[in-house]
Amino acid sequence: MTTIEKKQLRHRASLAELEDTAWRLSREILEMTTRAKSGHPSSSLSAIDIMTALYFSGIMRYATEEPDWPERDRFILSKGHAAPALYAVLAEAGYFDPDLLSTLRESGSPLEGHPNMRALPGVEASTGSLGQGLSLGLGQALAARVDGLEYRVYVLIGDGESDEGQIWEAAMAAAKYQVDNLTAVLDYNEYQQTGPVNEVMPSLEPVGDKWESFGWDVREIDGHDMRQVLAALQEVPRVTDQPQIIIAHTMKGRGLSPFEKDAVNRKHGEPLTEAELETALAELDEQHATAVADRVEQPDLTPEDVHGEV
Amino acid sequence: MNIGKAINLEYGPPTRNAFGETLAILGRENQKLVVVDGDVGNSTRTQYFGEDFPERFFNVGIAESNMVSVAAGLAACGKDVVASSFAAFLLGNAYDQIRMGIAFPQANVKLVGSHSGISIGEDGPSQMGIEDIALATSLPHFTVLVPADAPSTEAATRALFSFDGPAYLRTGRPKTPIVYPNGVDFTVGKANQLRDGRHATIIACGLMVAAALEAAHYLSQDGIEVRVLDMHTIKPLDEEAVRLAARQTGGIVTAEEHLLHGGLGAAVATAVAQSQPVPMRFVGIHNRYAESGEPDYLLEKYGLMPQDIVQAVREVLAQRRDVGAQRNVGT
Repeated sequence: MTTIEKKQLRHRASLAELEDTAWRLSREILEMTTRAKSGHPSSSLSAIDIMTALYFSGIMRYATEEPDWPERDRFILSKGHAAPALYAVLAEAGYFDPDLLSTLRESGSPLEGHPNMRALPGVEASTGSLGQGLSLGLGQALAARVDGLEYRVYVLIGDGESDEGQIWEAAMAAAKYQVDNLTAVLDYNEYQQTGPVNEVMPSLEPVGDKWESFGWDVREIDGHDMRQVLAALQEVPRVTDQPQIIIAHTMKGRGLSPFEKDAVNRKHGEPLTEAELETALAELDEQHATAVADRVEQPDLTPEDVHGEV
Repeated sequence: MNIGKAINLEYGPPTRNAFGETLAILGRENQKLVVVDGDVGNSTRTQYFGEDFPERFFNVGIAESNMVSVAAGLAACGKDVVASSFAAFLLGNAYDQIRMGIAFPQANVKLVGSHSGISIGEDGPSQMGIEDIALATSLPHFTVLVPADAPSTEAATRALFSFDGPAYLRTGRPKTPIVYPNGVDFTVGKANQLRDGRHATIIACGLMVAAALEAAHYLSQDGIEVRVLDMHTIKPLDEEAVRLAARQTGGIVTAEEHLLHGGLGAAVATAVAQSQPVPMRFVGIHNRYAESGEPDYLLEKYGLMPQDIVQAVREVLAQRRDVGAQRNVGT
């Protein structure tokens, strides 16, 4: 077994462990943005379960001690404002010291407001100008083809971001080249900067039909149900000759009341106050306790369920 | 076109052809080279590469934004990448993608914009890249090359891969007079002196280098000897050559097939102002768009002929005389 294969095993969490991790990382997102007094906690929370599943179920292959390993799978956060989620995940994976999370957005910190690939290991693309990540991912997926490598590229895009025409340019080109090593995940949290998606851009729907008509493999899930997230991520590599999109229905702010109270945009780009943070953390803990209690109802998925026998 | 004919310059292939042919040769030498096209490969001449290396050539359709970001993604995986379209659409349509995907992360992507300037002629102003140098030079980390003829474009195309990082190469549509009939010594960031003189210096790029040589010929007939510099690298600018020109010849005229804002003239003026201020004039397009027409008709109407450069040099000399006269009055 190579060092890298051994390394991968470190990231083969069970379903229960993934839920535990997502809960802890959600707490970190809230805490670091409140401490920074700016950032996009609600946009980060909607994506955290998906990103946790990608990085810690063993689905993504990477080696933190060798961030440039040519055969690694890549993850691109196209909606770069969810940077706190990415930083929480990369620290948990071991790319850098988790103590750095407390320096989010501080002068001199590599944890910039939006991800900078030259500032921090594990960041696969500099993002923050919306609409570009899927094209970047397509380029990385095509490079695998040119080099005869097997890696996959995952790109997380937003529903508001889907207003950008470049998303659909990339969608067409990816289908043309039948890049089956490219998976998009749509974080469908239903709110963009100035209002609900169904008011700002109601014609995003029918979004699944759009992607299907562009030639993509499409599946829809609850993006906060770890079992569904894992199932979808396991299924997409079996698709051949087509890029895939997982439409993940999520909640901007993960259903926590301080965010839910904002009917306009679920506190877009607004950290919680200290008082709101306390409420939100208590609710998160309660959510998690309920999930733990529910585990007796449904048997856990083992790593072998996810990957087959090692 | 007639530029350079009065001084017997031969017309060579368009610079876009020289680029495309060289790119195809580089494709054989460099297996890491990949090319992304916005469905204009038969115009930009990346098609030659595409025909020889279809597995390393990606035509992503008429979608410059996507093209540039795809190029950035390929570069992030270690490829040497060329992305090419018309100068106007490449820099104009995909500016933010260039900024985010190439300039900011210092990606190893070489952008090549064809159909630059107004000498493309009949297709009209929507197709004319006249802001591209300004846009490309505005971006941190970018190297910007504007070669004068086919031989120097071949050299510039090879030079693109002599360094790691972002670059923009500007090519043109029409057949172009050859100013380097006997081969070219092309070093990025180093101006080529094509003629020497002590009265003033003409600093030109692209097609205007031939026009500068023709202008120098006319001036010489009147006893005015000018230095001519081919400033093929706009960024990083050869500031030493500019400083020497200012100090040794005392006056500078720039000439470019581009808007005066943010082009070669602006870059040279910045360097002159900070080293050795001397009278300057600027030949280029003055704050307006051109129109559809024959190349010669347009070059004349928009002030880009050898005679326009001659006039600019005379103005520089006149200003210097005036300044000298005022100084004499003062003393």
